[in-house]
Amino acid sequence: MLEEQISLLEHLQRELGLLKEAMLQHQAEMMEAAGETAAAVSGGGNLGLTLFVFALAIFLGVELITKVPSQLHTPLMSGSNAISGITIVGALLAMQNVSGPAAIILGLLAVITATVNVVGGYLVTDRMLGMFKSKKKEEV
Amino acid sequence: MQEFVYIIASVLFILGLKRLGSAGTARQGNMLSACGMGLAVVATLVGSGFSWIWILLGIAIGSAIGAVAAKKVPMTGMPEMVALFNGSGGIASLFVGWASQVNPPGGQLTVAQAIPLYLAVVIGGVTFTGSMIAYLKLSEKIDGKPVQFKGQQIISIALLGALLAGGLLFTFNFSGVWIVLAVLLSFAFGVMVVIPIGGADMPVVIALLNSYSGLAACAAGFIISNTVLIVAGALVGASGLILTGIMCKAMNRSLSNVLFSGFGSADAGGAGKDVEGEAKPISADDTYYILESASSVVFVPGYGMAVAQAQHAVKELGALLEANGCEVSFAIHPVAGRMPGHMNVLLAEADVPYEQLVEPDDVNPNMAATDVAIVIGANDVVNPAARTDETSPLWGMPIINVDLAKTCIVLKRSLRPGYAGVENPLFFCENTRMLLGDAKASVQALVTAFKE
Repeated sequence: MLEEQISLLEHLQRELGLLKEAMLQHQAEMMEAAGETAAAVSGGGNLGLTLFVFALAIFLGVELITKVPSQLHTPLMSGSNAISGITIVGALLAMQNVSGPAAIILGLLAVITATVNVVGGYLVTDRMLGMFKSKKKEEV
Repeated sequence: MQEFVYIIASVLFILGLKRLGSAGTARQGNMLSACGMGLAVVATLVGSGFSWIWILLGIAIGSAIGAVAAKKVPMTGMPEMVALFNGSGGIASLFVGWASQVNPPGGQLTVAQAIPLYLAVVIGGVTFTGSMIAYLKLSEKIDGKPVQFKGQQIISIALLGALLAGGLLFTFNFSGVWIVLAVLLSFAFGVMVVIPIGGADMPVVIALLNSYSGLAACAAGFIISNTVLIVAGALVGASGLILTGIMCKAMNRSLSNVLFSGFGSADAGGAGKDVEGEAKPISADDTYYILESASSVVFVPGYGMAVAQAQHAVKELGALLEANGCEVSFAIHPVAGRMPGHMNVLLAEADVPYEQLVEPDDVNPNMAATDVAIVIGANDVVNPAARTDETSPLWGMPIINVDLAKTCIVLKRSLRPGYAGVENPLFFCENTRMLLGDAKASVQALVTAFKE
């Protein structure tokens, strides 16, 4: 009787062990699968999301600019030209974990030219608008 | 955290552009946008593994060049300067794309990165050489006339085809060979796109190249999935396209007509009717007598005023006329000059009162009641053939109707046709008088006459 119970318990223990093993394996598989899905979603989602942002920004740009009076066209153009110097962010990131002379030279040239665009663009726009402003003061 | 700062930077760009849209807030808008740029740069540099020496060196060199150029350029040289800065931004995107091929972000390129990478290189390259040609034409280092030759469009199409093929091959093996090829081909293509376009169409070209430089930055943003690059680049791309559209509309021409027709070249066809009659010259003294008794005067400035640097003298003459009890206004055509809004900048520099600057639609209805219209170095934007001669290349373009004024005085260096190469019947009108000579000297002679 006792022996029977002991062997039953041992049997149950073995079964439980197997079950546990199976579950662990299952869990690992699930996690791996989930990870893969998450990666796929975030990868695909990123491109979709960036395209979405791009489309919205284009429409926003059109809305913002359509009503600008013609006397401000030059500062608007040189001001938006300065904004296109945002490529400096890409240039700086190209200098992160950079290795090899080719990459360094290209990155350096990118930083220089982007900085010329940013600094020159904003300063020249400010200089132009300064003249517009002084005239406004006279009016008042 | 970085993403959060990028969002703030994007918002600052948007607010900045919005405020650039009205005279009172424009300067503040530019500052906001500059702050956004600063934030984006700082947020990017929070991280590890940057090669600080190279970054600081690059920023120092770039800032020095940019600051000196921005401070030194005279207001009349503004179109050239904008073209140069624009080209600089274009080639920066090219370098960013190229560097991403040599040293891929994330260690290994994917097709989703390779496509924008290739686009950043190509659009950046076209923007660069296109802007350089525009710069050379604007600064008159090369002839501003459209350059056209047989097979030009075939070469352009072949270049475009080769660029497309190279791009396709690049997405298969990500080899640097295709990028070097793309750099060379896009440089050649940029030259081919701009040389057939005449100087008078430069406002359109500059606005269009501005749009390209934004799109190149945008493509660079897609390589690294960076939202601030994408947003800012797209904003610039869109604003450049809108300005391009406005410029085309002001000339009553389509964009494709501007880009491909070689407007103003000898064989463009339809040079318009031959103009008959004799131009009647006038002396500065006689002009003074006419102006002295005038009760309303409209100035129509053009590129010639910029070349002669006559804006300060013109402003002085305007002030003297006003003191004499005359009503003075400055009618500014949207495409006068070599850049959108060029004349406004020059007259602003000379402190011409804001409310005296008017657009053609405001001044045309009252033109017949205007005593004197003074045309200073403008030509095509006052050519009545646009209204009267269906065979003229300018036909249909909205102009300033100075020929309807009681007297029209044209300040001009010589009787040659304008930049577009089209004869101007205005010079032979019954009520037109030609004050030949350098515009600045002529205006100064009038100012002296008034003061005596």
